[in-house]
Amino acid sequence: MSDLMTILPQLTFSVVWTDLSPWAWFGLKLVQAGLFAITLALLVAALVLADRKIWAAVQMRRGPNVVGAFGLLQTMADALKFFFKEIVIPAGSDKFLFILAPIIGLVMAFAAWAVVPVAPGWVISDINIGVLYVLALSSLGVYGIIIGGWASNSKYPFMGALRSAAQMVSYEVSIGFIILTVIFLSGSMNLTTIVDSQGAGIFNWNMFLLNPFGEYGWKIFLIAPIMFYMGVLFFISALAETNRPPFDLPEAESELVAGYQVEYSSTPFLMFFFAEYVNIMLLSAMMTILFLGGWHAPLDIGVQFIPPFFWFFAKTAFIFFMFAMVKAIVPRYRYDQLMRLGWKVFLPTALVAVALVSTFVVAANNFGWNA
Amino acid sequence: MLIAITFYLMAFTAIASAFMVVASRNPVHSVLFLILTFFSAAGLFILMGAEFIALLLVMVYVGAVAVLFLFVVMMLDVDFVELKQGFLQYIGIGATVALILLAEMIMVGAAYFMGETKTVVPADPNTSNLEAFGDVLYTQYAGAFEAAGLILLVALIGAVVLTLRERKGVRTQDAVKQMSRTREDGVELIDIEPGQGLR
Repeated sequence: MSDLMTILPQLTFSVVWTDLSPWAWFGLKLVQAGLFAITLALLVAALVLADRKIWAAVQMRRGPNVVGAFGLLQTMADALKFFFKEIVIPAGSDKFLFILAPIIGLVMAFAAWAVVPVAPGWVISDINIGVLYVLALSSLGVYGIIIGGWASNSKYPFMGALRSAAQMVSYEVSIGFIILTVIFLSGSMNLTTIVDSQGAGIFNWNMFLLNPFGEYGWKIFLIAPIMFYMGVLFFISALAETNRPPFDLPEAESELVAGYQVEYSSTPFLMFFFAEYVNIMLLSAMMTILFLGGWHAPLDIGVQFIPPFFWFFAKTAFIFFMFAMVKAIVPRYRYDQLMRLGWKVFLPTALVAVALVSTFVVAANNFGWNA
Repeated sequence: MLIAITFYLMAFTAIASAFMVVASRNPVHSVLFLILTFFSAAGLFILMGAEFIALLLVMVYVGAVAVLFLFVVMMLDVDFVELKQGFLQYIGIGATVALILLAEMIMVGAAYFMGETKTVVPADPNTSNLEAFGDVLYTQYAGAFEAAGLILLVALIGAVVLTLRERKGVRTQDAVKQMSRTREDGVELIDIEPGQGLR
C-alpha cells in the first residue's frame, strides 16, 4: 500500500515535460491535477471528522460516533444528505450569481493547489512566482463569498459577505508582508526553492532559525526572534483569512445566523463548506512550506528512512490540529477588535519586520556574513 | 494550437465583458464584468510571458481594488429610473469625450503602423520576470518608483483627513485599558454578616 502511494505520484511527477508532445503533456497535467483533487477531496472528508472529534474531545464529548466505526463515515453520510436535498433558490435572488458564487469559491480553493509542492518534484506547476500565485488566488476566493452574500438578496447574508470581504482584504495585507520576510531570506518566490532553503534540520526552518553554523553564522540569532514572531503572526492571520474561529465573524451564528450561507442549501452549501476546508488545508500547507521546512525532516541524519511526503503531511496535519484546537478553546472576537488587531497590530509589526529582515539580508550580503 | 485557443478565448472574453461593463443595467453586474475583464487581461499577460505583471494585476486590481468597488456599489442604493432620466442631457459631453478618445486611438494606431517597426528583444532569456523588474525598478527608475509611493501615501493621508472627525462626548473603547484591567479593579468580595445587609 505504501509502495503504491509513493510509486503512483512518482510515475506522474518524474516525467520531464520537454520530452513530451504538448498534448501528452496536457494529459499528464490533467492526471496530476486529478490526483491532487481526489486526494484533497478525501482529505476534506477526513479533516471535517477530525475537526469535530477534536472539538468534541476538548469539550469532553464523544463527537460523531454512530455512522461507521468511531463515526468514520459521518462525513460521507453528511455529504450524501446534502447531495440529495432540494436546491432552494430564493425568489428575490439573482439566480445566475447565486449558483455561480459557490462554484467560484470552490474553483479558486482548488486552483491554488496547482503550485504547492508536497514532496520533491511533486507539484503540478513549479512556477517561479508561486507565492504570488497563491496570494492572488486566495484573494480571488473572497468573490465567492461576497457574490453569494449579495445574490441572496437578504440582510444577514449581505452583512456576512461585507464583513467577510473586509476581513479577508485586511488580513491579506499583513499576510503579504509576512511572506515577504520569508522571500527575503530564501531569495526566491518559487515555493520549491523556499522549501529547499530550509533543509538540514529543524533549526534551519524559517520559524526556528537557531543554527549558528549555517549560512549566516551566529548572526542568524539577530533575526531568529523576528521570524518566530512572523510564524505566529502567519498562523493567526491564516485563521482570519479562512474565517475560522475566533475570527468567524462572517458566519457568527449569534449575530448573523449563518452569514453568507443563510440562503444556501443542498449542493451549493456543500460547495461553500468544501471550499472552506480546502482553503484551511491550503493555508496549513503554506505555513508548512514557508515556516516549517516543507518536506524536510526535523533531524538531518543523512539518510531518509521516511518518505518526504510523510513529513509534509504530518506538519500540515499538525497545523490543522492547531486550527481545530483554537476553534475549541478561544472565544470569538468582536468585529472592531478583529479590525484593530489586523490594522493596528499585525500590519505595523509585520512592516517593521520586513524592514529589519531586509536590512539584515542586505547587510549580510555587503559585509560578507554569508561567506 | 493550445496557445492560439487560449489567446482567442481570453481576448474574446476580455472584449465581450468590457462591452458588458457599459451595457449591463445592474451596476453590480457591471463591476463583476469589469473583474472578468481584468482577469482575462491577466491571462493575456501570461500568454505574453509577463507572468509577474499578470499576477500583480490579479492581486491588486481584482483582489483588492475591485472588492472595494463592489463594496461601494453594493452599498449604494441606486435608483435606475432616476439614473436614466438625466441620460439625454449628458449625451453631448459623452459624445465629445468619445470622439476625442476615438481620434487619439486612430492617431496612435496610425503612428504605430507608419513608423518603423520595433521588436522587443528580451535582454537575457534566462532572466526571470522578477529579476528583470528588480534590476531596473530600484536602479534606473528608483526616483519614479519612490515618487509613486509618495503619491500613494499622500492619497492615503488625504483619505484619512477627509473622513476623520473629532466628535466630543463619545465614549471610545481603549483596548489597552480594557485588557489591563485586573480582577481587583472590578470585583470586590465582602463578607456580610447574616441579617445586616450591605451598608
